[in-house]
Amino acid sequence: MTLINTNFDRRSFIKVSTLSSGGMLLGFSWLASCKPDQLANLPKEWFDINGFLKIADNGLITIMSPNPEIGQNVKTAMPMIVAEELDVSWDQVIVEQAGFDHQKFTRQVAGGSQSIRQGWESLRMAGATARRMLIEAAAKQWNVPVADVTTSEGTISHGDKSIGYGEIASAAATMPVPEQVELKDQKDFKIIGTPRKNVDGPKIVSGEPLFGIDTQREGMLIAMIEHPPAFGMKLKSIDASEAKAMPGIHDVITITTIPEGKEKQWSDTNAFNELVAVIGSSTWQVMKAKKALKLSWEHESPPESTSDHVKGMYDLLGEKQKEASRKDGNPKKAFKKATKVIEQTYSAPFLAHNTLEPMNFFADVKDDHAELIGPIQTPEFMSKTASAVLGMSEEKISIMMTRMGGGFGRRLYGHFGIEAAVISQKVKAPIKLIYSREDDMTQGTYRPTYKVTYRAALDENNNLTGFHVKGVGVHGSPVFANRFPAGAVENYLVENYSLDSNISTGAWRAPRSNFIAGAEQSFLDEVAEAAGKDPIEFRLDLFDRAIKEPVGEDNDYDAKRYAGVLKLVREKSNWGQETPGVYRGVSAYYCHNSYVAQVVDIVMKNNQPKVQKIWCAIDCGIVVNPEGALNQVEGGMVDGIGHAMYSAMTFKNGQPEQNNFDNYRLIRHKEAPVEIETHFVNNGIDPTGLGEPSLPPVIGALANALAKATGKRLYDQPFVGQAIELG
Amino acid sequence: MATYNLKINGQRKEVEADADTPLLWVLRDHLNLVGTKFGCGIAQCGACTVQVDGEAVRSCSLPVSSIEDKSVVTIEGLSENGDHPVQKAWIEHDVPQCGYCQAGQIMNAAALLDNNPSPSDQEIDSAMNGNICRCGTYIRIKAAIKTASTY
Repeated sequence: MTLINTNFDRRSFIKVSTLSSGGMLLGFSWLASCKPDQLANLPKEWFDINGFLKIADNGLITIMSPNPEIGQNVKTAMPMIVAEELDVSWDQVIVEQAGFDHQKFTRQVAGGSQSIRQGWESLRMAGATARRMLIEAAAKQWNVPVADVTTSEGTISHGDKSIGYGEIASAAATMPVPEQVELKDQKDFKIIGTPRKNVDGPKIVSGEPLFGIDTQREGMLIAMIEHPPAFGMKLKSIDASEAKAMPGIHDVITITTIPEGKEKQWSDTNAFNELVAVIGSSTWQVMKAKKALKLSWEHESPPESTSDHVKGMYDLLGEKQKEASRKDGNPKKAFKKATKVIEQTYSAPFLAHNTLEPMNFFADVKDDHAELIGPIQTPEFMSKTASAVLGMSEEKISIMMTRMGGGFGRRLYGHFGIEAAVISQKVKAPIKLIYSREDDMTQGTYRPTYKVTYRAALDENNNLTGFHVKGVGVHGSPVFANRFPAGAVENYLVENYSLDSNISTGAWRAPRSNFIAGAEQSFLDEVAEAAGKDPIEFRLDLFDRAIKEPVGEDNDYDAKRYAGVLKLVREKSNWGQETPGVYRGVSAYYCHNSYVAQVVDIVMKNNQPKVQKIWCAIDCGIVVNPEGALNQVEGGMVDGIGHAMYSAMTFKNGQPEQNNFDNYRLIRHKEAPVEIETHFVNNGIDPTGLGEPSLPPVIGALANALAKATGKRLYDQPFVGQAIELG
Repeated sequence: MATYNLKINGQRKEVEADADTPLLWVLRDHLNLVGTKFGCGIAQCGACTVQVDGEAVRSCSLPVSSIEDKSVVTIEGLSENGDHPVQKAWIEHDVPQCGYCQAGQIMNAAALLDNNPSPSDQEIDSAMNGNICRCGTYIRIKAAIKTASTY
C-alpha cells in the first residue's frame, strides 16, 4: 500500500458536490458505447465523483479518457488505470472520450509517448480518491470505522453488510475530497497488466462514425483548400469566376491562417499561411471546382531541391569543428593513436506522415461561440491559437477531440483546425475542411532529411578508444549528445549542425531517433565486425564500461536496463545459433524513457529479402494493457521497416515529387514481417513510453541483417533498389 | 445532376448526383454512410473498399453512374450486429490501432473468404496487398483472416 497526497486543490478534484449537478442526461454517444446487457438496465441518474469518473445509481461507471486517441490505445489503457484504483470490474466500465477541458485535466496531449507515463499518478489518484469517498460514505451510513470497510469489484463490505457503488454514489458525491489516499500494491492489481480489448473495437469493425472526417451537421458545408505548388511560393492572383459558377459551390475565398503580427506557437507550424478555400455543398463538387480555379503563384524565397539539401548537409559535415555538443577525454589523440579507424556516413530523406485519415476539421464559428471538432493531438495549443486568431476568449471556444486515423506527430500541428475556424468565421456557416491526399502530402510538417558521419578508433587490442559523431539535418541535428555510446567511450566527441530550409518540418514518430538509431546501430555493428567481436558481446562490453566506470556525468540512460534488454533478446532469439539461409541482425536503443533490443531474421526469397521473424525485448516499466502494448510494439517495427525500406519525400524546385500513394511507397501486406515475438521486462517500475520506442532500433537490426544477407552494408535510406534489387 | 436509384445494403436509395461522382462520396455525403473511408482518391490505399455484386472494389474510383443495376454492400451492411465472421475475428485478434483503414480491410477480407474459404498466406498477401495499414497491423490482419476462415 502506498499513501499519496491527493493534491486536492488540483483543478481535477474540485468536486461537483451536489446531487442536482451530479445527475446528468445521457447523450447518444454514451448509449452507443453500451454493451447490450448494460442497455437492458439503464441507470436513472449519474453522479460526478470527479473530473475523471461518474457512477450511476445502478453501479455502471463512466470513465473519461482525457488524452487524444491516435491509435496508441490510450482510450483503453488510461481508463484501465482509473478502474484499477477505483476497484471495479472492467465489465462495469464505459469509456468516454473527454473533450478539451483545462479545468479538469492536465496535459491533454498525444505526443512523446508520454500519455501513460505522465498520466499514471493522476489517473491512479482519480480512481483511489473516488474509492475513498465511496468507502467514507458507506462507513458513515453504517456508523463503522472507515478502516474496517473493504471494497471489491464495485461493492463495499463490512462484516455481513455490503452495498454497491451505485447505491452509495449520491452520498459519496457529497463527501469531502480526502487529502490523502491509499494506492494499491502492484501485487493486488486486477486490471492493470491484464490484456483488454480496444474499447472502440466494436465500433471500428462496424464502421460507426468515430473520426473527425465523419463529422456531419445540419447545414454543414464542405471546404477544401488550394496551396502553392511549391515551397517558397505564394499566391499572386486568383480567378475563381468559373469555379464559383459551378453547381453546389457557395464561395471561393482566400484565407490567412495566422494573421501577420500574431506570434506563432510551435504547434502553429504550417507550410503555407495563405490559402485559397473552396466552399460547397458536397466534397465531389468542391473537388471539381478546385480544378477549375485559375491561380498564379510567385516566389517569395528561393526554391530548393533535394540535391541542394544533399549538398548543403555534405558541406556542413565537411566543415572544421566549430563547437562540440559534448567532448570527453582527448578524441583527437585517440584517433591519432588508433590502430584502426572506421568511418561511415549515413543518410535518410524527408518523410511525410501520411496518416491514412487526411487532415480535416469541423468548425462552427459564431459571434459568441466557436465549436471545433476533429483530429488534434494538441487541443490545448489549438485553443490558444484559435482564441488569438478568432479574437474570442478561450472560454468561448470548445474543442472536441475525435478518434484519429493516425497521428505519428502530424496532428501536433493544428493549422488545419485553425484554417477551418477561419473559413467558418468568414462564410458564417458550419464547415468541414477536408484535405485531399495530395493537399495533405504536399504541405507536410515533414520528418527532416538527415546525414550523420561516425568515426570509431580501435586500439591494437580492438578496444573502442575513440568515438566521433557529426550530425546534420534540416532545422536541426539528429544526434543526442548524451545518449549511448556517450559514457561508454573514454574519448568522445559530438558535433551538431543545422541546415536552414523553407520546407516545413516537425515531429515524426520518435523524432530524430527514427533516423539516428538505425545509423548508430548499423555503425556499431560494423565496428564490432572490424574488432572481430560478436555484435552483442561488443555492445555488452560497452554497457559494462558505462555501468562500472561511466565517462562523464550527463549520460542520459541506465546502462543496466539497456544491457538487460539486449541480454533478454539474445536469450529469446537463441542468438549464436546459425540457421542456413537465415540472416540475422541485432540492435538496441533507448528513447522515450524505454529500452528496446531487437533481433531481425531475414530470408531471401526469389532474390528478395523477407523479414521472417523479429524478436523484441522492451523495458518500459509496468505494462498497463499487454494486448494493446503488443500491438503498438509490433506496429512500430512494421512502421520502421517500411519507411527505412521504401519511403522518401523528395523536392524539385520546391515542389514535392511525391503526392499520393502511387508515387510515395508505404509498406504493404506482402512486405510485412511474417512473425514478431515481443518480451516485456517485468520490473515493476512506473510505466514509460511505448508508442514510439520500438520503431527506431528496428532500422538498425534490419540494416545489419541485410548486410549479412547481401554482403553489402546500406548507408542511405530508403534501402529499396540499392545493393540488391530490393522490392 | 441526375437521379440514381441504388441498391445499398439491401435497400433502395434514390440519390441526386453528378454522373461522375464516385460512389465513395455518394455514400459519405449523400447517404451519411461514413464507415467507408477516404484515403487517397486514386484506388491506391483501399480505405474506401466496398463490395459490388460480391467483389471488393475501390469506391473512390467508381462513378455512381456505373452501379445503378448492381448491389452494393458497405461496412455498415456487412452484418446486422457487427457479427460477421471477419468482424468477430477482428475483435478476437484486437486488430485495430487507429482503426481508419479497417473497414476497407474487412470488406476486402470478407470478399476474399467468400471466393476462397481457406486462403494460404500468399493468397492473403496477394488479395490484401491493395489495402494499406499505416499503423502496421498486417500480422494481426492475416491472423484474423485465418481465424475467420475457421468459423
